[in-house]
Amino acid sequence: MSQTATPDINIDRSVGDFHYDTSYEFDAGVGLSSKTVDYICDVKGDPQWIRDFRQKALKIFESKPMPTHWATEDLENIVFENIRYYLSKGQVPKRTWEEVPEDVKRTFERLGIPEAERKFLSGVEAQFDSEAAYSNIKAVVAEQGVIFVGSTEGLQKHPEIFKKWFGKVIPTTDNKFSALNSAVFSGGSFIYIPPGVKVKHPLQAYFRINAQNFGQFERTLIIADEGAEVTYMEGCTAPKFETATLHSAVVELVALKGAKIQYITVQNWSSNVFNLVTKRGLAMEEAEIKWIDCNIGSRLTMKYPGVILKGRKARGEVISIAMANSGQHQDTGAKMYHLADDTTSNIVAKSIGIGSGRSTYRGMVHIPKHLKGCKNNTECDALLINTNSRTDTYPAIQVRGNKNSVQHEASVSKVSAEQIFYMQQRGMTEAQAMSLSVNGFVNDLVRQFPLEYSVELKRLIDMEMEGSVG
Amino acid sequence: MSLIIKDLHASIGERQILKGLNFEMKPGKVQAIMGPNGSGKSTLSKVIAGHPDYTVTAGEILLNGENILEMEPDVRARAGIFMAFQYPSEIPGVTIANFLRAAVQARLPEGELIDAVEFYETLYAKMDMLEMKREFTTRFVNEGFSGGEKKRNEILQMAMLEPKYAILDETDSGLDIDALRIVSHGVNKLKGPHMGVLVITHYQRLLNYIVPDEVHVLMNGRIVQSGGKELALELEEKGYDWIKEDSLVAA
Repeated sequence: MSQTATPDINIDRSVGDFHYDTSYEFDAGVGLSSKTVDYICDVKGDPQWIRDFRQKALKIFESKPMPTHWATEDLENIVFENIRYYLSKGQVPKRTWEEVPEDVKRTFERLGIPEAERKFLSGVEAQFDSEAAYSNIKAVVAEQGVIFVGSTEGLQKHPEIFKKWFGKVIPTTDNKFSALNSAVFSGGSFIYIPPGVKVKHPLQAYFRINAQNFGQFERTLIIADEGAEVTYMEGCTAPKFETATLHSAVVELVALKGAKIQYITVQNWSSNVFNLVTKRGLAMEEAEIKWIDCNIGSRLTMKYPGVILKGRKARGEVISIAMANSGQHQDTGAKMYHLADDTTSNIVAKSIGIGSGRSTYRGMVHIPKHLKGCKNNTECDALLINTNSRTDTYPAIQVRGNKNSVQHEASVSKVSAEQIFYMQQRGMTEAQAMSLSVNGFVNDLVRQFPLEYSVELKRLIDMEMEGSVG
Repeated sequence: MSLIIKDLHASIGERQILKGLNFEMKPGKVQAIMGPNGSGKSTLSKVIAGHPDYTVTAGEILLNGENILEMEPDVRARAGIFMAFQYPSEIPGVTIANFLRAAVQARLPEGELIDAVEFYETLYAKMDMLEMKREFTTRFVNEGFSGGEKKRNEILQMAMLEPKYAILDETDSGLDIDALRIVSHGVNKLKGPHMGVLVITHYQRLLNYIVPDEVHVLMNGRIVQSGGKELALELEEKGYDWIKEDSLVAA
């Protein structure tokens, strides 16, 4: 009875791994140039300022080197000229599922989106490749003045709010991929919550990549006005193709005085997806932004949700769970910029390495010297399921002055052969035993999730473990 | 129903520990295996359970006529073999309730989901029987448990999983008299015609509380003497050296 080695696996992502053939009315073709950008502008009917914004972004993207001096060299394997940057059926998002084209509707039904909407959501946007196929909020929410539309509709119909904040939290120049997104963005959500409105149930977006050699570049902007509260959740899947697929989103959050935004991601990308996402929030006085980020799947994920704590007593939080199976690299973390007194931030990052999967934590906490009363707590824990896994932690904590407090804890633990044997002796299979260990490891974080999402996460963990036992 | 061990040879690394052990676990009986340190007691229980560190070099273990040596530990467990660990592992973040739930779920046919209400009814009934407090179920498995709590947790699992063959591996180690009494009380409540209990121990004192029908002495990897419960008392009085000489004579 020797230990079974964990082979390279081909996970059965039975939920997301399917696709229906679809014909596209609009296709920007393969490769990226200023013509591609013009094509997208024309199809979408962008105003001139957006066209200028995109073209400028393209130049910035082209001028920026790949960040391989600090990040993984696997980035060099993205072949930008092989990717298709815009694919759509040209539809305006539908308000009822009946109007959604049959093949697209079938896809989302199979992913359980309409059912979830009926059960526990205030609104849903479902994006299929480049454009939203469906977008709707419940009447009671709309009556409160809440806006929940796609980014194109947002910039066209609500320019006064859109223009004020778009690209302000994450400038185009932030990094190569935020520049790429700025050049070719399509889809994503635009949300505005009026002052004092507390949206009771979550708003949800679902991002589905259906096409091969495709890049999805959604752009989300959420503004919670003074005292407003909203929870936004996103889910993502793609079928497994032989070739690489790129997902590069930009998400900007703005929480005005006393507002609260909670942004939850449960991604389950197939293992051919490069997932390179920039997410950042701006928290004004007494506002609160919380990122809950669960990264499962993908070939490479690079994502460091951040909060700029701009107003006094603002609070920022990142709760992150990353699971790296064989052939995967989860390079995740958090950034906290303290720019006012009495601001607090909390980072809890848990990573799970399975087989030869690799996980990296990168943190950035910045508290300048002139501030007082700022607090940061950072906790990063890694769990390794066999000896091949690799985990690295790069916490960069820049705290000047002595009127602030910072706490940092890190731990690495292993699921031992003894633990697995103990659970197997109770009748659980090796996969079930590993799954239970992982669930225990993330248990304290999962308790903070809405129930439906914690159930979903548990199911994804089970699936991942099933696939990793030889 | 039978569990028969035939001519079992097992080693860990290069070291041969079991050297031709023959034994039969009997349903409805409490049997004790006693032996000095290094005689192979823990090896025996781990080999029956299928611990991956041990290699069986010869012999077989037949459960209802079927050799289980090629089976994964979880398959053996679901077939009815339970081992109460001498040193149970901690499972951080997993509550006792969730742990037991996963173990019970693993026994259901594929696709069938556990009935949560029924599960908790059974769990609470077993806990009442073992005089355990309900709060116990919300603690993480073995994390920060005292020696006594760990062993009670093992007995609770045994109660929930209703094995056909239960092996208590040095359950008395690290227990004070009070804990010993509580744990023994639990085993005595659970034993019955449908379960064989094998108590593996160095000391006789546990057998004051769990009275065996048979006592066997394990030395140097083999059973060297068998008798009734009075054999345990004799060992307590005379020590294992007495048997050593005796078995040497016999050999």
